[in-house]
Amino acid sequence: MKLKNNIAIAENGFIFNAARGDSFTTNPIGIFILQGLKNNWDKARLCQEILVKYEIDEATCEKDLYDFLKMLKHYDLIEE
Amino acid sequence: MTRSKPKYTIALTGLNAIDNPGSGIAVIRGLREAQAFDVKIVGLCYENLEPGIYMRDLVDKVYQIPYPSMGCETLLSRIEYIHHRAQIDVIIPNFDAELYSFIRLAPRLRQMGIQSLLPTVKQFDARLKGNLNQFGAQYGISVPKSLAVFNIAELEGSLAELDYPIMIKGKFYEAFVAYSLEQARAYYYKLTAKWGTPIILQQYIKGQEYNITALGDGKGRLLGAVPMRKTYITETGKAWAGISIDDPQLLEMAQSIVEKTAWGGGLELELIKEDETNRTYLIEINPRFPAWIYLAVGCGQNHPEALVRTAMGEELESFSDYTVGKMFIRYSYDMICDLADFQKIAIEGEL
Amino acid sequence: MAKQRYERPVLKPLNGNITNKFGAQAGFIPHTHIDGLAVHALTAKYGSPLFVLSERTIRETYRQAYTAFSTRYPKVQFAWSYKTNYMNAVCNVFHQEGAWAEVVSSFEYEKALHNGVSGDKIIFNGPDKTEKDHRLAIQNNSLIHIDHLDELYSLVALADELKVRPRVAIRVNMDTGVQPMWDRFGFNYETGQAWDAINKILLADKLDLVGLHCHIGTFMLASQAYRIATQKMADLALQIRKQHQHQLQYIDMGGGFASKNTLKGAYLNGADLAPSFADYAEQICTALFNAGFELGELPLLILETGRALVDDAGYLLGSVLANKRLSDGRRATILDFGVNLLFTSFWYEHTISPAQACSQYAEDIVLYGPLCMNIDVIRESVKLPPLNRGDQVVVHRVGAYNMTQWMQFIALRPRIVMIDLAGESHLIRDAEDLDYLMQLERVPEHLKKFDL
Repeated sequence: MKLKNNIAIAENGFIFNAARGDSFTTNPIGIFILQGLKNNWDKARLCQEILVKYEIDEATCEKDLYDFLKMLKHYDLIEE
Repeated sequence: MTRSKPKYTIALTGLNAIDNPGSGIAVIRGLREAQAFDVKIVGLCYENLEPGIYMRDLVDKVYQIPYPSMGCETLLSRIEYIHHRAQIDVIIPNFDAELYSFIRLAPRLRQMGIQSLLPTVKQFDARLKGNLNQFGAQYGISVPKSLAVFNIAELEGSLAELDYPIMIKGKFYEAFVAYSLEQARAYYYKLTAKWGTPIILQQYIKGQEYNITALGDGKGRLLGAVPMRKTYITETGKAWAGISIDDPQLLEMAQSIVEKTAWGGGLELELIKEDETNRTYLIEINPRFPAWIYLAVGCGQNHPEALVRTAMGEELESFSDYTVGKMFIRYSYDMICDLADFQKIAIEGEL
Repeated sequence: MAKQRYERPVLKPLNGNITNKFGAQAGFIPHTHIDGLAVHALTAKYGSPLFVLSERTIRETYRQAYTAFSTRYPKVQFAWSYKTNYMNAVCNVFHQEGAWAEVVSSFEYEKALHNGVSGDKIIFNGPDKTEKDHRLAIQNNSLIHIDHLDELYSLVALADELKVRPRVAIRVNMDTGVQPMWDRFGFNYETGQAWDAINKILLADKLDLVGLHCHIGTFMLASQAYRIATQKMADLALQIRKQHQHQLQYIDMGGGFASKNTLKGAYLNGADLAPSFADYAEQICTALFNAGFELGELPLLILETGRALVDDAGYLLGSVLANKRLSDGRRATILDFGVNLLFTSFWYEHTISPAQACSQYAEDIVLYGPLCMNIDVIRESVKLPPLNRGDQVVVHRVGAYNMTQWMQFIALRPRIVMIDLAGESHLIRDAEDLDYLMQLERVPEHLKKFDL
């Protein structure tokens, strides 16, 4: 699981996929996850870091994270 | 020595200069050529890809505003925010669908120091497509028979009262010609899904179409009017080229409508001269400047300038003349824009 | 370092027609309190979902309406439309404010009597009145609004038998230029049915014709329809005066005033479209004043508006049960209330606010109710910040019809509380339980036992 090349992430949540010309917005936790992916964190690490930073239980965190990763995959922003 | 001109900050909508364009950019061009004042233009947009957002030579600053369906209060709070930063002198809405909100807000905007020249709710409602019959009867103007349809059950009965082909029109925008019940039914669903009910059935009249752009001072005086015939029409029925014409009968219609309704602001009349009878029918009144308003400027009547001066409280002489035989030809143009601008308008809602 | 408030990550494509309402800087205002009471405290105390009514809003709205009419016309009387919301506490707020009762069934009639409304201040409307209902209404000297000829004949017979003159009015329907025309109730004006019925009553001389009633439609956004209706009603009253030398006591213009809810299919926001009470009052009162009544003979103006008086005062609080993603990629949020409690979601696009702090990163979601049924949709598409399981929401403007049309289907109906003027909450209807539900059931002896 890896963020594709040519994905630009702006601090304000603007995401641009230079390979496809798609743009997206995301919220602060979305940016946090994308930056984690850039640092090659795996799912477990991502989950762990979110639990440290945010007030949330593990089950919800994992469920939401997996859904978000699925969307990233759907929009061709990450590869397995 | 020339007197120094005032500088007005003018906010306006309709930056969607696409193949079915809003009139905002044409209005801005008129304002930029105004003799009586200089301008700072604040563009108000709904979506991130309205071309006007990126026309930095025409538009000084852009803000996104909420859709009319979000309600007047939401719109007002957004305008308050913009006014706080830009100190707007005059606001010119250029979409039918947003006008109702701006008319309602006009007194409160005036209190904030933002002037406008708009029709009243009564005038606005009177010219609604569904009320056209009544409008014609009240002001002695010929209109094609039209019927408002609120639900699918009424459609068939109402169609039976007219002869095919029948125009089927959406509440705010869009019209189709139907030649059969099946077609009419399909258009009914298409239009109601998009614009809600009612839809309007109108007797189709065979003849030549004309358009007039006019400006009323809100007290019953016609400040100017320029009639035009479309000489090239796109697949979607929009004018791609047109020419100013000399027809006193058409001008009389504009004069009569503005005087009798005491219309305030810009308006466009869509008229048809029936081939058989040479009778002029009023098809529709659009309660704002048309997208081709710059033709009026080119013919010597700068309606956007006159609107702003009237809104600012000046008493103007009516335009008495215009150049006949001036043409407009629309063209499309690929601007080169930076992703950074798109990003800024998409994320921050201003540029 | 303190942990940050969690919000689930969202990803929104920015292509084509982006309807990003106004960028990121403005948007969702969480609705955390109702009349000073915290939403979370209310649900903690009374459970979720929960209906909440604001006594303050009811009284303020009523006074606005009353003032709009009474400053334009000298003789005005409101009658509370029971079917809109017949919680006794709600009815009694209106009665305290001076409203009579307007009922459309024997059940509502008895409820009004139970609440202590004197019989002569109850208006009995509707097509469904049995002989027993008529007897009771006559005995209580109530105002009986006749819907059809069968009712007229049956009342004449009863008057003969009881040797009394029941006080009656006839319901008139008419063309006011608004579609659809409500011609299923009462007697038609244009075809002369109404005038025929009036003649029958006055010539038979068994009933005391005291008024005329109409109710031209529901959620009437065109206030001028009331001017036309008032003119036609006044025209009838003046004709009666002229031809029968009979003076009517009142004209009842019914209800149908729109609330600020947004109807499905409407392009503009309901709050912008709904005429104000002043708009309706202007149309009705001006028409009545100019109709040509002698000054001393101006009829009492009765109004039965329900929806516009109580919709704003009602809230439905609920909680998020779950979030899921649909096969087409849309997000769906499942709430603990559905169309069983929020019947009006079939025709309104209800405003729904988060009840706790939220971000401005909205996404388009579908809001589902908890019922195991496909039609249980609260909003087809609504922009809301991401909601977590357990987060709460506030549905606005639910005061009208929901607490009377709600269904006991699959689930039990929840509590209703009213917040008084001092900011205290009062339980005005308890939650249903299994005993309550089963107390009317009987199981035949042979079905009482089974082996599995």
